[in-house]
Amino acid sequence: MIDKTAPLLEVTDIHKRFGGMEVLKGISLTAKRGDVISILGSSGSGKSTFLRCINYLESPDQGRVAIAGEEIRTKSSKTGGLIPADPKQLARLRARIGFVFQSFNLWPHMNVLQNVIEAPIQVAGLNKKDAIARAEAILERVGLSNHIGHYPAHLSGGQQQRAAIARTLAMEPDVILFDEPTSALDPELVSEVLSVIGALAKEGRTMLIVTHEMGFAREVSTWTMFLHQGKVEEQGPPDKLFHNADSERVRQFMASHLH
Amino acid sequence: MNGQAILDMLPMLAQGALLTLQLVFMSAFAGLCLAVPMAIARVSKNPWVSVWPRLYIFFFRGTPLLVQLFLVYYGLGQFEAVRASFVWPVLREAYWCAAITFSLHTAGYITEILRGAIQAVPVGEIEAARAIGMNATQIYKSILLPRAFRIALPAYGNELILMLKASALASTITLLDITGMARTVYAKNYLPMESFVTAGAFYLVITYVLTHLIRFLEKHLHPDRKEPVVIIG
Repeated sequence: MIDKTAPLLEVTDIHKRFGGMEVLKGISLTAKRGDVISILGSSGSGKSTFLRCINYLESPDQGRVAIAGEEIRTKSSKTGGLIPADPKQLARLRARIGFVFQSFNLWPHMNVLQNVIEAPIQVAGLNKKDAIARAEAILERVGLSNHIGHYPAHLSGGQQQRAAIARTLAMEPDVILFDEPTSALDPELVSEVLSVIGALAKEGRTMLIVTHEMGFAREVSTWTMFLHQGKVEEQGPPDKLFHNADSERVRQFMASHLH
Repeated sequence: MNGQAILDMLPMLAQGALLTLQLVFMSAFAGLCLAVPMAIARVSKNPWVSVWPRLYIFFFRGTPLLVQLFLVYYGLGQFEAVRASFVWPVLREAYWCAAITFSLHTAGYITEILRGAIQAVPVGEIEAARAIGMNATQIYKSILLPRAFRIALPAYGNELILMLKASALASTITLLDITGMARTVYAKNYLPMESFVTAGAFYLVITYVLTHLIRFLEKHLHPDRKEPVVIIG
């Protein structure tokens, strides 16, 4: 039996500095299975950096990340920060943490189907037939059945982001991290991507979402976290943060971002 | 211009073209094979790894191809150890001396082309590969090298054409490539204009074909590419 109350993702006391600038000053977060956690805050508050530290796209200077109880092993670097100690373990754990980028980052030399089956074949060890079957089912769910053979350059931004989400889903990750998934999109394309992410939330997937789409965050989140200058300013259920925050700063932010 | 003299020399020059093409394609292929591992070493963050391709490139780009060719063809035979060794049957042949020197020479340039191409792959594409759990080998195989080859293709085509023309130096070590044949013909007919204009025409035709070959490859490898961008008008 899977213990539904056990933390699936545990991030503890993450610190990160770029040069002399400390952008994360000790942030912790725990996600249980099915949690949808929105990470909010103004630009430069450290939201994206925090997300990138969780799967070590940035190495934090201090802190711990554990997925389903397994901690990413680290060692100290010469400059005093942390670096991954075991590349094999890191790759294995990363395969369980999906990451959706602001700028999609599809591989432009592969068509949509190839983008989606690449990691299941290379990393998860699926055979090609199974990988294609899995990819086709996922692409259908994100509404790209008719674009399987298209190359990223021939897709709209919204289609590219949905293909990128499909690529992540194909690895059947335990947790998906969304880093401002709609910020690079034309306004009329935002809703098609949000509806895909919303559907994933309804399925009970565990997700962390960094976003500026406040209405969306309020709707899908089970928990919200507001960052300010590298620290958690306030966190709580969405109703509390959006309508009744303790922090004056959060109240002001919400007032100016919720219409 | 003596038209009949030109017609008469065509078979010999065609034979020379065969040798030129052999030398160019062999060195282009061998050079590429050498350049891939060197380019990967060249972008390494470890200075003890990247220093070797750096030195290699420094030498092969910093000295004339003709000097390199003479070093291999005339120079190596000076050592008794070389003459006594198993490589001598190869190094004794002007043909192999040219093929080896051209390969090593062009490898230096291709390494730099590939290095630039590897570094030009957008970091986001590599991050996407890392984030999905690929290891370094998989990233090179699936993302970095296929992307770098495509980015490098126009510059590689340029290097191929430069190599074609540089291959005329083979004629200085007795080889009868296009230029070698033209010199032989000229020594007999004393018609320098006819001989070298015809040789030049052979190079032009080959360059034309190579240019289209590269263009075809570019199209074939970039199925994603839209119509050429029109910047003005």
